[in-house]
Amino acid sequence: MMNADMNAEPMRRTILTAANLTKAYKSGERELTVLKDVTFEIEEGSSCAVVGPSGSGKTTLLGLCAGLDRASSGTVSLVGEDLSPLSEEELAELRNRYVGFVFQSFQLIPTLTAIENVMVPAELRGETRVHRRAKELLEKVGLSDRLHHYPTQLSGGEQQRVALARAFVNKPRILFADEPTGNLDAETSDTVEKLLFDLNHESGTTLVLVTHNLELAEKTDRIISLRGGMVVSDRLTESRSLVSQ
Amino acid sequence: MNWGWILQMAWRDSRHSRRRLILYMSSIVMGVAALVSVRSFSDNLLHSVEQQAKILLGADLAIRSNSPFDPEDEAFLQSIGGIQARQVSFSSMALFPTQQATRLVQVRALRGEFPFYGEFETEPASAARDFQSGKLALVDNILMLQYGVEVGDPIKIGNVTFEIKGRLLQIPGESVAFSEFAPRIYIPETFVEETGLVQLGSRVRFHAFFKLPVDFDADKLVEATDEERERLELSADTVSERKERFERQLNNLDRFLSLVGFIALVLGGIGVASSIHLYIRQRMETVAVLRCVGARPYASFAIYLVQAGLMGILGALGGALIGIGIQRLIPLILGNLIPLEIEQAVSWGAVGQGVLVGLGTALLFALIPLLPVRRISPLLTLRSDYENATGGKRDLLVIVAFGLVGLALLGFSLAYSSRWQVGLGFFVGLVVTLGLLTALAKVTMVITRRYFPSGWQYVWRQGLANLYRPHNQTVVLMLAVGLGAFFILTLYLTQVSLLDEVSSFGEEGRPNLIFFDIQTPQKDELRQIVDSMDMEVLQEVPIVTMRLASVKGIGVDELREDESYGGRRWALRREYRCTYRDELWDSETLLEGTFAGRNDEQIAEVSLEQGIAEDLDVKIGDSLTFDILGIPLEARVGSIRAVEWRNFQTNFFIVFPTGFLEEAPQFHVFVSRADTPEKSAALQRAAIQRFPNVSAVDLSLVIDTIDSILEKLTFVIRFMALFSIITGFVVLTGAIVSGRYQRMKECILLRTLGASRPQIRRILLIEYLFLGIFASITGIVLSLVASWAIVYFVFDAVFIPEFMAVVVVLGAVVFLTIAIGMSNSRGLLEHPPLEVLRAED
Ligand SMILES: Nc1ncnc2c1ncn2[C@@H]1O[C@H](COP(=O)(O)OP(=O)(O)O)[C@@H](O)[C@H]1O
Ligand SMILES: [Mg+2]
Repeated sequence: MMNADMNAEPMRRTILTAANLTKAYKSGERELTVLKDVTFEIEEGSSCAVVGPSGSGKTTLLGLCAGLDRASSGTVSLVGEDLSPLSEEELAELRNRYVGFVFQSFQLIPTLTAIENVMVPAELRGETRVHRRAKELLEKVGLSDRLHHYPTQLSGGEQQRVALARAFVNKPRILFADEPTGNLDAETSDTVEKLLFDLNHESGTTLVLVTHNLELAEKTDRIISLRGGMVVSDRLTESRSLVSQ
Repeated sequence: MNWGWILQMAWRDSRHSRRRLILYMSSIVMGVAALVSVRSFSDNLLHSVEQQAKILLGADLAIRSNSPFDPEDEAFLQSIGGIQARQVSFSSMALFPTQQATRLVQVRALRGEFPFYGEFETEPASAARDFQSGKLALVDNILMLQYGVEVGDPIKIGNVTFEIKGRLLQIPGESVAFSEFAPRIYIPETFVEETGLVQLGSRVRFHAFFKLPVDFDADKLVEATDEERERLELSADTVSERKERFERQLNNLDRFLSLVGFIALVLGGIGVASSIHLYIRQRMETVAVLRCVGARPYASFAIYLVQAGLMGILGALGGALIGIGIQRLIPLILGNLIPLEIEQAVSWGAVGQGVLVGLGTALLFALIPLLPVRRISPLLTLRSDYENATGGKRDLLVIVAFGLVGLALLGFSLAYSSRWQVGLGFFVGLVVTLGLLTALAKVTMVITRRYFPSGWQYVWRQGLANLYRPHNQTVVLMLAVGLGAFFILTLYLTQVSLLDEVSSFGEEGRPNLIFFDIQTPQKDELRQIVDSMDMEVLQEVPIVTMRLASVKGIGVDELREDESYGGRRWALRREYRCTYRDELWDSETLLEGTFAGRNDEQIAEVSLEQGIAEDLDVKIGDSLTFDILGIPLEARVGSIRAVEWRNFQTNFFIVFPTGFLEEAPQFHVFVSRADTPEKSAALQRAAIQRFPNVSAVDLSLVIDTIDSILEKLTFVIRFMALFSIITGFVVLTGAIVSGRYQRMKECILLRTLGASRPQIRRILLIEYLFLGIFASITGIVLSLVASWAIVYFVFDAVFIPEFMAVVVVLGAVVFLTIAIGMSNSRGLLEHPPLEVLRAED
């Protein structure tokens, strides 16, 4: 039934494929299987939420998909590349080129100012004139007066907005967000959510969003639910259904 | 790799931590300073030698004989030409009639304009030349000060009384430092005869000094006349030989001091590794984020390597600068050991070498905590389980880095040792000492934790617990500070024990006064003098001087050329002062064979001390032929014995049985005891006035001499050790500063929980108190063991664990630790918590 839905649009290109992903951790003698046989594809330009109760393996899945970790078995292919044979170096380059990140705990570099944080991914590529682009992005997230502040001098919401600007500075093809509003209060969450979706639409980036907030999940095109490391449902949301009709 | 970005990141990332980074790297400052100052000083000294080489000898050529120059010798000397001077030198007692004091001195009777290069420095200055014009003498200043003698006072040498014409301040080419052991007195050569001291059998050296034309090649002459001189038994010394010898000695000194200074550098390296480790720990999330957004593993590693490298360069340059400054102090430290005027210039070679070695050490040690940066996983951004953050498997490169550190230490030790055995020994000693200190530190921590009474007040338990916080550097701090305590205390305890050993020679009833150079006809009368003053001759020992003619049937000349000879060449050439008696002394233990007190065979069965038997490579039954003033004497090794050199008495390498040497030319030694210094002085005076050729040494003179040697030695070592001690406290400061944030969070938490400021201050104080106690205990325990081992095994003496010294070291270390710790915690309590948290990174 779900497959039927996906097959309805054969024109779209796939940007992320997970095939039979399994992740197990060894703790002493015992082996703890955190992800079991997870398979899905995500189309370029779409947005997708991964939901599930705490401990169900969402973050683990995200880490595997983004090439931050390696699966025990199964394959991930991102932007047409199979990740498993790639070295750490190659993975790093791939992330830099195609992937953006937003984290629950913001993860700004404490020793850099807001604008420097935003510039890092672009500078890593060897680009030199990134100051203007970074400044524009920070203006877009409403922080034009905070360019030279250090993370400790910013509130949580402000930090996450800087992180958003950083995530988009390289015009990524796919953005991974792990509970981006998990550490924020309701009001700030709204602002950050809105910015996230706005930037996403504007740049046509694929979005993979991990959350346990169902309300937020409903704003994406598709929801994959995990429980105990297995996919228990995979459905299109109303917003997606509306668009495709 | 994108170096532009790496440099930029390194720069930006360091913005808030530069002061801290510099502090980390300043751990190597003192080590570099030590190396630069020592090397720069010796470079300067070598330069001075180059320029003042002739002053070392005072002449272009010196020719020496052990017997007076006979007509044939004279003919040879005259054939060389140039301007000549003569000197007769010997040891003798000097008597100061005004002060009623006697003292063993080195007499040099001079004729001619010697020194030809450089000048005697005297007071008054004119005395240097005038003293040869009458019965006048130049007397070592130190000796004059010791006995309160003034210019114009009389001094009696042998049968002649001289008037002191001037104080001798400096003799070119000789260091003043040694004048305490054998104070020098110059007299005109004309009066040697009259003193009556130069007789057959007494040890006298005869010198001819030459000033030769500028284009004269003295070395060539020496080489060309080799055979003739051998026949005449004349040895020669030229400026270039003297210079070479001096350079060799200097080189040894330079290497020794460098090695001691190097310890500071190694300690600094350990400090660098430990603080970089903490620093990286605080940077893990940053690295994870960078990896997430696409930085490659080696790029993130390079960022911190660049930071460490730049700081290392700053540290090394700072050290070089300080070293250049300290270099000026070294001549003062070495006191008057150096017989030359040294000009002070910056030696760029020394600076370069010091900076390179310093930077290399810092980087190698920094690599150990830096390498794991490569392996920090980007996954850390998603979850913060630090334990798995750098990959579980063993990092081969870290092991390689450890290996490199080890190799570098070994390489340095070898490069700075004259022999590879010494280098290896130093390396092993260093590693073992550091290893033992670390082990002791760990044991101390474990034991304290286990047995600390849980009933103690909260602040005490908290202060102690602070030392066990996760990722604490307590062990490294104990090592850094403990090493200083170890150094100081070991030096001191060894010195004290050795001195005490020597002093104990003079205990009740044991001999403390020795008369030597007594001629056979003088024996009985001298014994009467001793008896008449209510003292007794405890031992009478005959001494016969001889040389070796052959060993195991092979002539010594031949043996010296023989590559396969397993003994030492100097042992073949030396003069042996032997005795004969019919039994062994208490201080001697028979190891092999039997000692025949008397044997009537043709061949004497002699007893050899075990060391000299080894040096001569002979065993029981091997034959030896001696030469006593031209008369051969056949002997055989009959026994080998151990000698305890622990008594104030004469000891011998070779003891003959009775029945062989009774008729040989000989002199005698009396061993006696005086219960008070006054009695000792009176007896010496009486003996010397009756027999001016007899010399006396009393124990207090020996003790003073040894004291003075030890004092000079330990002072120099202590000075070099100072670099390590300062490094220890720099490492301590670095660690306390980098633990500041952690400590602050704890303080804030405690304050939130309702602790008062005095309580928090007390907790901090107690933390440093424990740290200081731990560190000093570690150092003290190891130093007690080490100095015991040195005293017992090396010097074969009794170890004195002086309690007061231990207490003083303990107190000083604890005090300094608390002072540094508390002064660093000052700001912690003054500001509101939030403000503090935000301002620091
Ligand atoms: N390094 C690890 N070692 C062992 N177990 C782990 C490790 N990382 C995560 N887990 C376990 O995997 C499960 C899934 O974790 P996670 O993916 O973080 O869940 P979610 O993000 O859905 O809350 C949890 O039970 C967690 O305890
Ligand atoms: Mg999660």
